[in-house]
Amino acid sequence: MYEHDVIVVGAGGAGLRAAIAAQEEGADVAIVSKLHPVRSHTGAAEGGINAALREGDSWELHAYDTMKGSDYLGDAPAVETLAQDSRDEVVQLEHWGMAFSRDADGRMSQRPFGGLSFPRTTYAGAETGHQLLHTMYEQLVKRGIEVYDEWQVLELAVSDEPAPEDRTCHGVVAYDVQHGTVEGFRARQGVIIATGGAGQTYAHTTNAVANTGDGVAMAYRAGAPVEDMEFIQFHPTSLPSTGVLITEGVRGEGGILYNSEGERFMFERGYANNDGELASRDVVSRAELTEILEGRGIDDDYVLLDMRHLGRERIMDRLENIVHLSRDFEGVDPLEEPMPVKPGQHYGMGGIETDENGETCIAGLYAAGECACVSVHGANRLGGNALPELIVFGARAGAHAAGRDLGVAKIETGQTGEWEAAEVSLPVEPGEVGIGAEKVAADGGALATEPVELIRATVDAVRERIDRLLSRPDGRNHAEIRAKVQETMGRHVNVFRERPGLETALRDIRAAREAYADVGVRDQSRTFNTDLLQTIETRNIIDLAEAMTLGALAREEFRGAHWRKEHQARDDEGWLKHTLVSWNGGRPELWFRPVLLEGAEKTYEPKIRSY
Amino acid sequence: MSTDSHTPPADETEHHPQIASNGTPTPAAGETVEGPTVHLKVYRYDPEVEGKQTPYYDDFHVPYHKGMTVLDALIYARDTYDSTLTFRHSCRQAICGSDAMFVNGRQHLCCKTQLSDLDEPVRVEPLPHQAVLKDLVVDMEHFYDQMKAVEPYFQTNQLPSEELTEQRQSRENREKIKMSTRCIWCGACMSSCNIAAGDNQYLGPAALNKAYRFAMDEREGADMKQHRLELMKQEHAVWRCQTQFSCTAVCPKDIPLTEHIQELKREAVKSNLKFW
Repeated sequence: MYEHDVIVVGAGGAGLRAAIAAQEEGADVAIVSKLHPVRSHTGAAEGGINAALREGDSWELHAYDTMKGSDYLGDAPAVETLAQDSRDEVVQLEHWGMAFSRDADGRMSQRPFGGLSFPRTTYAGAETGHQLLHTMYEQLVKRGIEVYDEWQVLELAVSDEPAPEDRTCHGVVAYDVQHGTVEGFRARQGVIIATGGAGQTYAHTTNAVANTGDGVAMAYRAGAPVEDMEFIQFHPTSLPSTGVLITEGVRGEGGILYNSEGERFMFERGYANNDGELASRDVVSRAELTEILEGRGIDDDYVLLDMRHLGRERIMDRLENIVHLSRDFEGVDPLEEPMPVKPGQHYGMGGIETDENGETCIAGLYAAGECACVSVHGANRLGGNALPELIVFGARAGAHAAGRDLGVAKIETGQTGEWEAAEVSLPVEPGEVGIGAEKVAADGGALATEPVELIRATVDAVRERIDRLLSRPDGRNHAEIRAKVQETMGRHVNVFRERPGLETALRDIRAAREAYADVGVRDQSRTFNTDLLQTIETRNIIDLAEAMTLGALAREEFRGAHWRKEHQARDDEGWLKHTLVSWNGGRPELWFRPVLLEGAEKTYEPKIRSY
Repeated sequence: MSTDSHTPPADETEHHPQIASNGTPTPAAGETVEGPTVHLKVYRYDPEVEGKQTPYYDDFHVPYHKGMTVLDALIYARDTYDSTLTFRHSCRQAICGSDAMFVNGRQHLCCKTQLSDLDEPVRVEPLPHQAVLKDLVVDMEHFYDQMKAVEPYFQTNQLPSEELTEQRQSRENREKIKMSTRCIWCGACMSSCNIAAGDNQYLGPAALNKAYRFAMDEREGADMKQHRLELMKQEHAVWRCQTQFSCTAVCPKDIPLTEHIQELKREAVKSNLKFW
C-alpha cells in the first residue's frame, strides 16, 4: 500500500494545480493518473483564460458576466471566488514561464470572447491549454512531486455509513496499466478528484477518448451527489467529421457565421441582435441547429465559419493552430475558404457537488475542475472560464486538503441545510441492475472504519471485479454497449430536448445496463489491457449518461444550455435551484437545492438574458 | 537498431483470428461491409499471452471513408474485430502526443496521418528504438528521463514577491520560443534519431528543444541562460547532433528541431564555454 498526505486523481490543469498548492502547504502529495500528465485533455483548450487584468475591467464585471452567462444558476460565492482569484492565478502562470501571446508593450494579450463585457480572455495563440498544461507540468517536475502515471484509479476507499455526509474518504485503489496489478493508496489528509469531463457519453464531442468521467462516476457511486448534470455545453464550432474544436477565438477575432444562403444569420435571423457571433455558446449552438433544421445548413449538417477577412498575418499570429486543425482534420484551408462547423458536445457544467473550497459532503473527498460542480458555470459556461476554474479551484482544493484554513464555505453540500426531494415520473427504473449483485452503496464498503483495513477491503473488491470481468472472455463487448449509449445521448439529450426523447434515452440506457450485466473482457493479458479499462470506463459512461438524462427530464424549464420543447421559458419561480442526483443504494435519487444568488456585497437579480 | 527495440520477425505469419482466410473481414453480427476497404498490417506482441510472445503481424481490412486517418482505422479494427489490439491514443487532434507510431517505415502521429497519403498495405508498428510493452505501445520512460535532465522548468533568480505583477516579454522573444513550446512529447523525433539509437545517454532532439525553449526565454535573465548553456556542455548534449535532420523531418508539430540544436551550439560557443 502506498501512502501520502494528499492524493490527486488526474493530472490535467486542476490536478496539477491542486498538487502544487498542496505541496506548498507542506503536504506530501502524489498524483495518480491514467494518462501521463502531458497527455491530459487540458492541452486541447484553445481560446484562453478569463481574468480581469486591465484598467477598465474588474473582478466585479467578470463575476457579473459569469452569472449572466450561467443564466443565474451559478452560486454567487463560487462565481465571485473565480472572478477574484483568477487575476493572481494568471499572473502566477506567467511567472511560471507560460508563453502567453504578447501585446506590443510586452504585456499578456487579451481578446474578446462570447458573453464578456470586456476583452479579458488572456491567450497563448489558439493553444492556450497546451501552454498551460506544459507550464504547470514543468513546475511539477521542478518540485519533484510524485506522479503515478498510467495508473488508473478504479475505486475510492470510502467508509460506508448510511448517510454520505457521515462518510470519510481514506484513499483510492488504482490499477497499474503497464503491469496489471492493483494497489491501495492511502491518503492521510485528502483525495482530490480532478479527472475532467465525461464527453465520451457522446459520439460527436470535442473531448478526448480518455474523457469518460471516471472520477465523477466513482464519487457518485461512493455517495457524493452529482449536480446539474443536465447542463451540457455544445460548442458552436466543432469540425463536422471529427468533433475537433475550433476555438471561439475565431469569432472573438472577428470570424463570421454564414448559412447556406450566405446570410449572417446571427444578426439577419435575429438570434443575437447586439452580439451576433459573440453571443453566449448556448445561444449560438441553438441558432446553428435551427438554421440546419430549417434547411439553411450545408448538406443538412453544418454552417460556415469564415475568417478569411482577418487576413493571413493576423490569423497566423493569433489563430495559427486553427489553420492546422482545419487542414489536418477537415481538409479545408481556412485561409482560402470558410470552415464547416456544427455544435459538438464540449463541456459538462455539472459534476461532483463541492463547495468553494473544493470539498464534497464526504469528509476528505475533494473535486476540482470540469469533474466538479462548485458551481460557477450554472446553466451555461462562458468561453474562457474553464481554465481559470481549473487553476482557481484546483489551488483551493489542494491548499484546503493540505490543511490551510480558507474560511467556512458558504455553499452547503450533501442533504444538509435547505433542500427538497424531487418528484419525477420515469418510464423505467433507473440505477443498478439486480441490486445486491455488486457492492453499490459506498464503493469498497465492507463495514470497515479503520483506514488501512478499509483500503485493503476495497483492494480486494477491485481485484474481484477485475477477475470477474476477465473470467468472461466471450461476454458482451464494451464498444458495442458504449456506442448505443452515445447514439441515444446524441439523438435525445442534445441541444434540443423533449420528454418523449428523454424517456427513450432512459429506456436505452436501461437496455445498456442490462447488456452490461453480461459484459466480458476478451483480452486476458495483465499488460496494458485497454480492453479491460475501456470496459470499466463504459460502466462510468452509463451511470453518468443516466444522471444527465434524469436531470434533463426533471428540469421542466428552458435555462442556459437546457432547452425543453414543452417548457419554452426560464422559470425563476420554480427553478432557481440545482438538480442533484444521489446514488442511493444503487438507485439514483433526485433532489434540489436553491441557487445562491447572494454575493458578498450584492445580490445578483435574475435579468432577461439577451445578447 | 538497438537490442531492446522490436525486430520484425523474419518469417511473417498471417495471424488474424477475426479475419476470414480470404483476407476479408468477418463482419460483426448483422453488419455487412460494403465499399472500399483499407488494408492494415499491424504489429502484434504481448509478453504474457501464449502465441503472442513472438511478434507477428495481423491483417485488418477496414471500411474506408474520405478523411479517415490511421488512428480511425486502428480504432475501427479494435472496436469491431479484435478488442485486444492495443495502442495509446486520447485527444484525436494532435495535441496529446500519445499516438506516435511507425507507419510504412516512418514516424507518424496516427491521428493526423491520412490513409489516402499512404501506400497499401499500411504497415503500423511501434516506435523503433524503444522497448515494446505490447502491440503498438512502447516504454516512454527513457524519453521522459531525458526531458527531465535539462531542468525543463522556468526558473528565475528572483523570488516572486507576494504581490505578483506580470513580467514583460517582447513579441519578438515570444516569437523566438514559440515553435519550441509546441512540443507534445510524442517521441517521434527521438525514435527517428540515429545518434540516440547508438548513444543511450544522448539527450535527444526533444530534450534539447526544451533546453532551447528556456535558454532563449529572455524572462529568465542572463545568469540563468549561462547556466542552461553550461548544461549543454556535457558530451551527450548538443555536440552529439550530426545534423541529419531526421527529427525535423518527422516532427508532427513542424518544430525546426535541428535548427534549434544548431543555435544552442552557436550560443554555447559564443558564451565561451569549455567543451570536452
